[in-house]
Amino acid sequence: MVQPLQVFGFDALSMLIVTPALGALLVLALPGQSKAVVRWGALLIALGITALAVSVYAAYDTSVGGYQQVVSVPWFALLGASWHLGIDGISAAMILLTGILTPLAVLISWEIDDRPNMHLALILFFATGCMGVFAAMDLMIFFLFYELSLVPMYFLVNQWGGPNRKYASTKFMIYSIGGTLGMLLASQLIGLTAGTFDIERLSTLWPAYAGEMGTFLPGVGIETVKALAFVGFFVAFCIKVPVWPFHTWLPDAHGEAPTAGSMLLAGVMLKLGAYGFIRLVIPLFPDVWVAEVNILGAFTTNWAGIFAFLAMLGIVLGAFAAWGQNDIKRLVAYSSVNHMGFVALGIAAMAVAYGNAYTQSHSVELLQHGILAANGAVLQMFNHGLSSAGMFLLAGAIYHKTHTRDLREYGGLWVKAPIYGGIFIFTSMASLGLPGLNGFVSEFLVVRGAWPVFTMLTVISMIGLLFTGSYILKGIRAVLHGPFNLHWKDYKLEIELREVVAIAPLLVLMLVTGLLPNWILSVINGSVTEMVTRVIGGG
Amino acid sequence: MNFDANDMNFLPWLIPAAPLLAFFVIVLITNRARWLPGTAHEYSGDGQHPHYHGLLVPVVTDWGRVASIVVGMSGVVAAWLMSLVVVSNALGPNIELGKDVFASSIAWLATGQTTFSMRVMIDPLTTVMLVMVPLACTMIFIYSIGYMAHDPRQARFFALISLFAAAMLTLVVADNLLLLFVGWEVMGLCSYLLIGFWYEKDSAYQAAIKAFTTTRVADVVMLLGIAYLYTQTGTLSFREILYNEEVLHQLASTPALLIGSWGVSAAGLIGVFLIIGTVGKSAQFPLHVWLPDAMEGPTPVSAMIHAAAMVSAGIYAVIRMYPLFAAGGHPHQGDLTLPLMFMAVVGAVTALFAATIAVAQNDVKRVLAYSTISQLGFMMAALGIGGYVAATFHLITHAFFKALLFMASGAVIHGVEHGHQHGQGHGHNGHGHDDQGHEAHDSHDVQAEHGHEAHGHGHGGERPDAGLPDHSFDPQDMLNMGGMRKTMPVTFWTFLIGGLSLAGLPLVTAGFWSKDEILADAWYGLSHGYGAHTLVFVCLVLAATMTAFYTMRQLGLTFWGEPRTAAAKHAGLPVGPVSVSMTLPLIILAVLAVIAGYVGVHPDFPLFGALFSSNGNPFFNFVGPTLLEKPEKLAFDWVPVFFSFAAALGGIAVGYWVYWRKPLEAGQEDPAIKALGPVYDLLKNKYYFDELYERVFIRPSQWFATAVVSEFVDHGIIDGFLHLLARLANWIGEFFKALNLWLIDGVGDGIPKLIGDFGFWFRRIQTGRVQQYLLLVLIAALLIGVIFAISAGLLQAAG
Repeated sequence: MVQPLQVFGFDALSMLIVTPALGALLVLALPGQSKAVVRWGALLIALGITALAVSVYAAYDTSVGGYQQVVSVPWFALLGASWHLGIDGISAAMILLTGILTPLAVLISWEIDDRPNMHLALILFFATGCMGVFAAMDLMIFFLFYELSLVPMYFLVNQWGGPNRKYASTKFMIYSIGGTLGMLLASQLIGLTAGTFDIERLSTLWPAYAGEMGTFLPGVGIETVKALAFVGFFVAFCIKVPVWPFHTWLPDAHGEAPTAGSMLLAGVMLKLGAYGFIRLVIPLFPDVWVAEVNILGAFTTNWAGIFAFLAMLGIVLGAFAAWGQNDIKRLVAYSSVNHMGFVALGIAAMAVAYGNAYTQSHSVELLQHGILAANGAVLQMFNHGLSSAGMFLLAGAIYHKTHTRDLREYGGLWVKAPIYGGIFIFTSMASLGLPGLNGFVSEFLVVRGAWPVFTMLTVISMIGLLFTGSYILKGIRAVLHGPFNLHWKDYKLEIELREVVAIAPLLVLMLVTGLLPNWILSVINGSVTEMVTRVIGGG
Repeated sequence: MNFDANDMNFLPWLIPAAPLLAFFVIVLITNRARWLPGTAHEYSGDGQHPHYHGLLVPVVTDWGRVASIVVGMSGVVAAWLMSLVVVSNALGPNIELGKDVFASSIAWLATGQTTFSMRVMIDPLTTVMLVMVPLACTMIFIYSIGYMAHDPRQARFFALISLFAAAMLTLVVADNLLLLFVGWEVMGLCSYLLIGFWYEKDSAYQAAIKAFTTTRVADVVMLLGIAYLYTQTGTLSFREILYNEEVLHQLASTPALLIGSWGVSAAGLIGVFLIIGTVGKSAQFPLHVWLPDAMEGPTPVSAMIHAAAMVSAGIYAVIRMYPLFAAGGHPHQGDLTLPLMFMAVVGAVTALFAATIAVAQNDVKRVLAYSTISQLGFMMAALGIGGYVAATFHLITHAFFKALLFMASGAVIHGVEHGHQHGQGHGHNGHGHDDQGHEAHDSHDVQAEHGHEAHGHGHGGERPDAGLPDHSFDPQDMLNMGGMRKTMPVTFWTFLIGGLSLAGLPLVTAGFWSKDEILADAWYGLSHGYGAHTLVFVCLVLAATMTAFYTMRQLGLTFWGEPRTAAAKHAGLPVGPVSVSMTLPLIILAVLAVIAGYVGVHPDFPLFGALFSSNGNPFFNFVGPTLLEKPEKLAFDWVPVFFSFAAALGGIAVGYWVYWRKPLEAGQEDPAIKALGPVYDLLKNKYYFDELYERVFIRPSQWFATAVVSEFVDHGIIDGFLHLLARLANWIGEFFKALNLWLIDGVGDGIPKLIGDFGFWFRRIQTGRVQQYLLLVLIAALLIGVIFAISAGLLQAAG
């Protein structure tokens, strides 16, 4: 048992969740007219969050494994919910990601002149929501923070977004809330049936539950109830990831959001969905994933197969759609659909391995495929967080200077903005998955894990990987290459020092993770391996 | 892992590290002297861009440029020196390098209970590559000093070719397919950036995109192959897979996924996937289209891509993985596995197909580009029929003479440009466009100008105004040359040596010996009645004949006869360091293009065998042990030698007859047009492959991306459905609102005020100001969060 970290007498995870919220209140209380004070104050608080996140990550001991930093305090005893926090390697990586991106988002919001304290407070408050989700070990807490993270993001898009922000924010909000309705019902159903909301205990209780205590739905078999609950979670997280065809809120929201909003949306928020799959949907429904599903009587597959199919569509159609965009932010937004498709594909392969391990119909090879795919999926979550945040930062930087997002209006800007150009190409290549940079490692692991499990789907996904190249090159070509558009002759286009400072940590991490990925993968791998091997035969 | 520079096992890591470090130093320090990308001198001293008047651009100081060159050179020279140390150790008397390699590994990736390691190693094949690659790279670097001397972005250029060299060296020392792939793809990036180095130019960035996309088609397939191989064996170490009978046997006897029922083994499918990677990288048919366009880059880049690095990497990769492809077959007994058959056919077809196109090209660099494709086809075909050593041998000799040819052609182009300016005098001034205009896209002129400026003109001081818009003159068109043996003698002689080596002039050139080895392997199979060998032999002999012919055509058009334009008449390199740095590498490579062949002479070859191979073929004896099972030595046979002689001498003779005996005069038509008739057009247009791909692949996928996916699916169907739902919800809301109003009206004035207030409030909600509502939620949530967080903390503190 690893002793939990203490910060000012409180446990580190609670502090990690509460500090941003308190910080947000503090920033709101700062005098709004003195913008410098507000900005530096917010930055300091955000750096404090980073420090906390880094120490929590560093304190995770892989040689011990399991959940660490565990806190459990009764909270809503009547319902069986408790303030139960803890992290494993997967959540540690996500907390680290959130901790890294928050101060960068604050720094990039320097350019906001309209109500800066409100803007910055919302960014900090968003961190509370995400940290809460990643640290939660109680289903109620998870749900609470999952919904809570929506609110600041809604306001960021709605108040500081682009011209079409009302439509985008409403679509984002209604879509997300609508999606979680099923999840809310399902989690109540599960929690009340099992008498606890403890995720760890539910992971063994609920899959084993055979309907001894009824199902809340008289006359309906437990299999059906489980499948319905599964669908509730499935749809909610699919919308968040987003998995094709639940993705159309994303280009609108990303496109219209202010730079910091886009960075956090793509960098952190999408991971909530993927994290939900790994933390909840796979452990709670191992048998449902691999149970046969008949599609229109035509052919049979299972939920994992359906999910992999949708992931493949996300990879391929996401790449095509990105290629078809003429708006730089929409292009980057669609690239998220494409990249998160690999996360989904990895999760699908993991689900097959996990499900088969649960029903004891696995082989050693299958477990290895699942572990590799899951490693790849989690690492891809981290990597996509870095590269998409970087891409949105750069898109925002050029938008801020030219006030257009239309790719056709740029052209040859590399002449005037050489440093920006270099950084843009570097980040684009990380996003493209160039070997030597971070994205490749995770994509390779996913492809390696998914290939023996979903061979044909992996082959088709390669088309998406090909067109990833096409849209990335389209972006570089439109912004940097070609004859210089003389319209921008007198504009200052070069990247500002503040923006360089904001993106530098991302660039370093992209390179380091690409060259020596084990610094983070060993942490992820430990928990993934533990998770998949522990479940054999029902855990 | 302890650092020890004397430890041979550790040194392979450091070889690519040197140029990589140079890349970072240039990018982060020297290149940024004053925020890039041109000298003050270059931009008329006031930081103005030469083509966009009034556009202030960031500027690099001269010392920054010089420092970048010094750093770049140090990187590559350091790599070269370390390679020499490794090579001399590898050649040492007490080492049996086939069995015991120099190697070291690091744990790279945690994979479940196991670990995936990255490893580097030096085996005989690596040693051979380490002789060729750093040497050729160093020559190219030296040449670049002169060639890029007046390019405003010279510092960036040195950064990128340093990275290029680092990637190639990584690929060479890798003992891991994934590490090889890292080098492979980084090289792809470098070639993309360098082909599009003059990115203002339309054709340049299009060529860059084409190169990257075409090779990526192959690379994603290769990635599948890597994933499959890893799945099947649990490792990607060459040594553990290729030098391991058991693993190879297991791969060859497992039926493949997907198509196993067709009798394909796992080794077969993996092999085909991996070979497709090479088909893209080494520009084999049908993915050859990018290579000729890659000529848009500066000439040193062409040499890098075509000789030292990129395309050689593709061939190197298949040579490296040959045991995997051959697993389960015996090429010397006519039993070819699927991957080998695939390579033999693709190689043979490419060799012949590209050679025919080269006959009808007028661009001096394009002829060489197609000859590269054709020569790479030779290597592929050789490997396909089991000619492991012959393919390696040809890879090395080809690298030397092709690097030479490209750099010599660069000198020619430089010289012609110089002559062109000389001929035009200095009277031109001003730019083609009015820069006052603010039209967003007025840059057509700018583009064209840049196209010309692009070649980095050879004389700084007297240059009046770079990039005169002269659309009619093409300094790369051989029809604009002629008679340049007189004006550029050094270039002529070195070009001649390189050309004859490419043509395979018997006995005195390296190209002859290596090509002869390939033909000998093919003949051996043909004489035993093996189909693939026969195809290869026939195609390669024809291709070799054509190679000799088009080389003579190129030499004749460029150097022989009288100058056809004023530019050719005044052609020449400016005297000084530029000229030295550009000719020195030519001379060194010319020497190598002759002598490199003598390391691989068949021992029984009359006279030469006794002279150079008294203890057996040295190249064969050194490279052979790379394989677990040493390749079979073939007996000497006169027939392939006869064909080698006939092909080379026949082609040279016809070329001489047509282009040297009566050299082309100004305005005269190429005799090939008349002789070939309609075929000439077909060849000149490269069999219309570009047009075909444009129609079949590029435009349909663009249409699919914009019209189908973005518009129809996402906007039309998915969003349409969502909007429908939203409208439905709205309708229901409106319906209840109407119902409410009607009810309220119906009940009339008797309704209590309370309900009226409620209705009023309810209507306010309906105005859609969700923000206010959510703000309430936010504040409430904040409060709750804070309260219970504090209480949790307190409780914990208490407990």
